[in-house]
Amino acid sequence: MIAGAQDGDPFIEFVGVKKRFGPKRIYEDLTLSIRRGETLCILGGSGTGKSVMLKLLIGLLKPDDGAILVEKQDVVPLDEDALLPVRRRISMLFQGGALFDSITVAENVAYPLREHFHMSDSEIAARVEERLEMVGLPGISEMKPDDLSGGMRKRVALARAIVADPEVVLYDEPTTGLDPVNTRRISELIRSVQQRLHVTSIVVTHDLGSAYMVADRLAMLHERRIAAVLPTAEFRRCPEPAIRDFVSAMEEQQP
Amino acid sequence: MIDEGAGAGGALHEQVIQLLDYAGGVTRLAAATLRRALRRPFPAREVVYQLEAIGIRSLAVVVLTAVFSSMVMTVQFAVQLARFGAKEYVGSVVAVSLVRELGPVLTALMVGGRVGAGIAAELGSMSVTEQIDAIRSMGADPVRKLVVPRVVAGVVALPLLTALANVLGVAGAMVIARVSSDVNMTYFFESTIHSVTIEDLSGGLLKTFFFGFSITLIACHQGINTRGGTEGVGRSTTRTVVITSIITLISDFILTNILLELGL
Repeated sequence: MIAGAQDGDPFIEFVGVKKRFGPKRIYEDLTLSIRRGETLCILGGSGTGKSVMLKLLIGLLKPDDGAILVEKQDVVPLDEDALLPVRRRISMLFQGGALFDSITVAENVAYPLREHFHMSDSEIAARVEERLEMVGLPGISEMKPDDLSGGMRKRVALARAIVADPEVVLYDEPTTGLDPVNTRRISELIRSVQQRLHVTSIVVTHDLGSAYMVADRLAMLHERRIAAVLPTAEFRRCPEPAIRDFVSAMEEQQP
Repeated sequence: MIDEGAGAGGALHEQVIQLLDYAGGVTRLAAATLRRALRRPFPAREVVYQLEAIGIRSLAVVVLTAVFSSMVMTVQFAVQLARFGAKEYVGSVVAVSLVRELGPVLTALMVGGRVGAGIAAELGSMSVTEQIDAIRSMGADPVRKLVVPRVVAGVVALPLLTALANVLGVAGAMVIARVSSDVNMTYFFESTIHSVTIEDLSGGLLKTFFFGFSITLIACHQGINTRGGTEGVGRSTTRTVVITSIITLISDFILTNILLELGL
């Protein structure tokens, strides 16, 4: 964190971002500002390219036009080496967890530490165990990802995402494919991680219930741009027909 | 998930563009792999692991192929050579063709099928489950982590497998020549030693370095660029086997001509 930075300052900004895959246009003139310390949920129907935003932010994909600023620095022109400092600060929880099957849970969680920091094996082991406890899974470090249930995999992936003390955590559909109990548990974890580690969180989801639980503000991705950004309470009672239509369309998509 | 460039393009010029695009992608990956392979630290542990997967686990299929094809060649040649009263020379004929051509090419085809498909399926699954994105997002380099160990192991393993295929193939031929065509084993052995030159041997083995490189590189490229879920993994695997086989056969023809020009 730079000196003098405060909660609520604009931290990450999407400015006029355009992105297409072949003939399919995903974003046109997408603009969104994320404040330091907040949890922002991006809501949108399936197939609207919600997670593309997260991948653009850490440089896994490049936009066709526009700027993506992290603390006023545009990350779009950066190559893989120049993206390293950005990726150290911003970590991502992938939709299916994206754990590496061939190595143990502990090695999975330790992965970012080994890439970014020179820590001794015992320091790494202690940190890994601490973060596994934080997600409610102590003592499973020697298991393989294959032996875990879907909800456990997501929580291990969350432990991996927060192990290197990132400033920002990106969540790609964190509750998709989980039963109600696990959905609730993951939502609570997102909240508690945000409070305990003081991170800024961006959550992409089509799960309204979980979004209402975790978000400080909600952004509505509609017709290839961010159509509205509102604090959660306002969003819930906003009478605007466009928003109500959007919400009822989202509710229809719920399993 | 968005499938880029799905379906075979219709018009000829589209197909040419796709082919150039593909060649460009493989070339870029080759350049990145060579650059990373020279950068420290060298991933020795991963290379050893891949040597086992690519080399040791291919032993059985490679040996089986070499022994049986050289035995069947021996039987065929012995019959034809007997018509000219030259049955005793079967050893040199079989050994030279094995060492120059069949050993390297059959080994490459078998490894391309077994190892190429394996690499494409493994990296393809990693790609569709976002594991490769995860590697990048954690500041690591998928080329260094995944491609370099496999390509290095391929370049090391293929010449060794071929050398073994050569030796066991000739041994198989020797036994079958004795059993089915009554050619004296000592005579077979001596005539083989005399007729197979060091140029034959090195000409054949040199090609296998290229085969090892191209098979693993193409498989890694297919795997990393897999899109479209489990179906995509299947497509990548099939494509890898087809492409590596074609590349092996065509490059063998070109390399053989170049090496002959160079006197090998």
